[in-house]
Amino acid sequence: MTDTGKLKKIATQVRRDILRMVFEARSWHPGGPLGATELLTALYFRVLKHDPRNFTMEGEGEDLFFLSNGHLSAGWYSVLARSGYFSTEELSTFRRIDSRLQGHPATEEGLPGVRVASGSLGQGLSVACGAALAKKLNGDDRLIYCLMGDGEQQEGQVWEAAMFAAGRKIDNLIGIIDYNGQQIDGAVNDVMPLGDLKAKWEAFGWRVLEMEGNNMEAVLDGLEQARSLCMKEEPVMILMHTEMGYGVDFMMGTHEWHGKPPNEEQFERAISNFEETLGDY
Amino acid sequence: MKAYTYKEKKDTRSGFGSGLLELGHKNPDVVGLCADLTGSLKMNDFQDEFPDRFFQIGIAEANMMGVAAGLATGGKIPYTGTFANFSTGRVYDQIRQSIAYSHKNVKICASHAGITLGEDGATHQILEDIGMMRMLPNMTVIVPCDYNQTRAATLAIADHRGPVYLRFGRPKVPNFTAPDQDFIIGKAVVMNQGSDVSIFATGHLVWEAVEAGQALASKGISAEIINIHTIKPLDENQVIQSVRKTACAVTAEEHQVYGGLGDAISQTVARHQPVPVELVGVNDRFGESGKPDELMKKFGLSSDNIVDAALRAIGRKHA
Repeated sequence: MTDTGKLKKIATQVRRDILRMVFEARSWHPGGPLGATELLTALYFRVLKHDPRNFTMEGEGEDLFFLSNGHLSAGWYSVLARSGYFSTEELSTFRRIDSRLQGHPATEEGLPGVRVASGSLGQGLSVACGAALAKKLNGDDRLIYCLMGDGEQQEGQVWEAAMFAAGRKIDNLIGIIDYNGQQIDGAVNDVMPLGDLKAKWEAFGWRVLEMEGNNMEAVLDGLEQARSLCMKEEPVMILMHTEMGYGVDFMMGTHEWHGKPPNEEQFERAISNFEETLGDY
Repeated sequence: MKAYTYKEKKDTRSGFGSGLLELGHKNPDVVGLCADLTGSLKMNDFQDEFPDRFFQIGIAEANMMGVAAGLATGGKIPYTGTFANFSTGRVYDQIRQSIAYSHKNVKICASHAGITLGEDGATHQILEDIGMMRMLPNMTVIVPCDYNQTRAATLAIADHRGPVYLRFGRPKVPNFTAPDQDFIIGKAVVMNQGSDVSIFATGHLVWEAVEAGQALASKGISAEIINIHTIKPLDENQVIQSVRKTACAVTAEEHQVYGGLGDAISQTVARHQPVPVELVGVNDRFGESGKPDELMKKFGLSSDNIVDAALRAIGRKHA
């Protein structure tokens, strides 16, 4: 088991990876993955039971993670590579021609770790429900995790899946909402208010937890608590409070870095926030 | 010329239901999903026999496609069931991203396709679905012609790894193909050989084409009748071989002439063996309420229309 100090070091390196990938690609979303870095690191280096070097689509006997908000790809690719699904050198191909690291995650090029394409929002939780049902049919007691964005909650399909998971008592499923309050056009509450998100998920029949998402200890505790609530005939949702662009002073507190790369000067300033802990790719 | 007869009329959707039930016994990985149309899709028998492998989704087709993709990820072979309209246009993006692009082994089973859905009218009579599904990379598109063939196709697609769109219909139609037929995906079936005109038909129009062939024979015209049950991948070799012999073609489908069988055949012919092609199909309009046979006449999808099209095609050969 990776100790918490080590997890924090990994998270620091993941943030460097995200900034370098987005800067080198001259495009993409740095804000989202920087905010979800603790979660992705905790999952891939502590929480998930998985076998990165022997990836199979079915993942029998493994916990499976689905990234519904596919624009967090830079962060996901970093933890996939650094946990052993593929070489970290491949991170330098992100968003380039002939790369397996497509802008949005895909299975088409056979990238290990990815089980379904995502990016067109609102679809991941449905897929996660199906994967959870398959686990039950297969007598496999591992869990399914699914990360969504908060802006993504505006998609109707999310609520179809919400109804379904509760109605069918899919209790080997942990949903996580990256609740950073920002989407491309501005604050979520300005673009389309979500209202009382906790009450909404509870009303749909989910067990809802809240968690501080940019604190490694809090993330580990929250995930542990969520796991302890599984297999009790209710799906579990974590509202994960994060800061978009976390760790980069000028990227926090704004929606501006949702879908924009830093220029060279901004990149230098941003990356100086994070020391190289595991070696850049 | 081979004569085709039938003992009874049966609906293709019941062929699907029967095939699915048999598959349930044969293949433990097959699971069924339905969006509140279990009776219409004839999935009740599967549901009753295999309750643990059947998922009632409710009226939430987008979720159904995603759940199917997830079940396929876990090694299952999901068969989703709803009307063709809700199996395609309503959930196009879900199919595109979570199923087709993601190579998921999902069988999208679509009933009540086309105008023969009847009295419900145009909201439910989809005539664009073949085109939508044909355009998706990785997607196989199958439109069987009668009960027996739909049953055979339902069984066959379980052994094909990859997404499939299986289209069938509501009304009872002649059941004229063999009950024990070998269904080979992508292999056109030559119903009758001929030398004057090739008639490529799919779905409910195959029977109409067979009847048109008999009418043409009485006029001294030898029509080659080919059942294109798999529209993608199209049996291009068979199409080319046939038009090389006949030098003209007719296509017949219960679908818009844009995007469907007519387009597929026209593309193949234009690329490999240019000959006159006449298209029998719906011409850029929506359906409407009515009895299936009334609608087929009104929309020009009967054997008479195929005969007329064949005569036009033959007339254009030396024009």
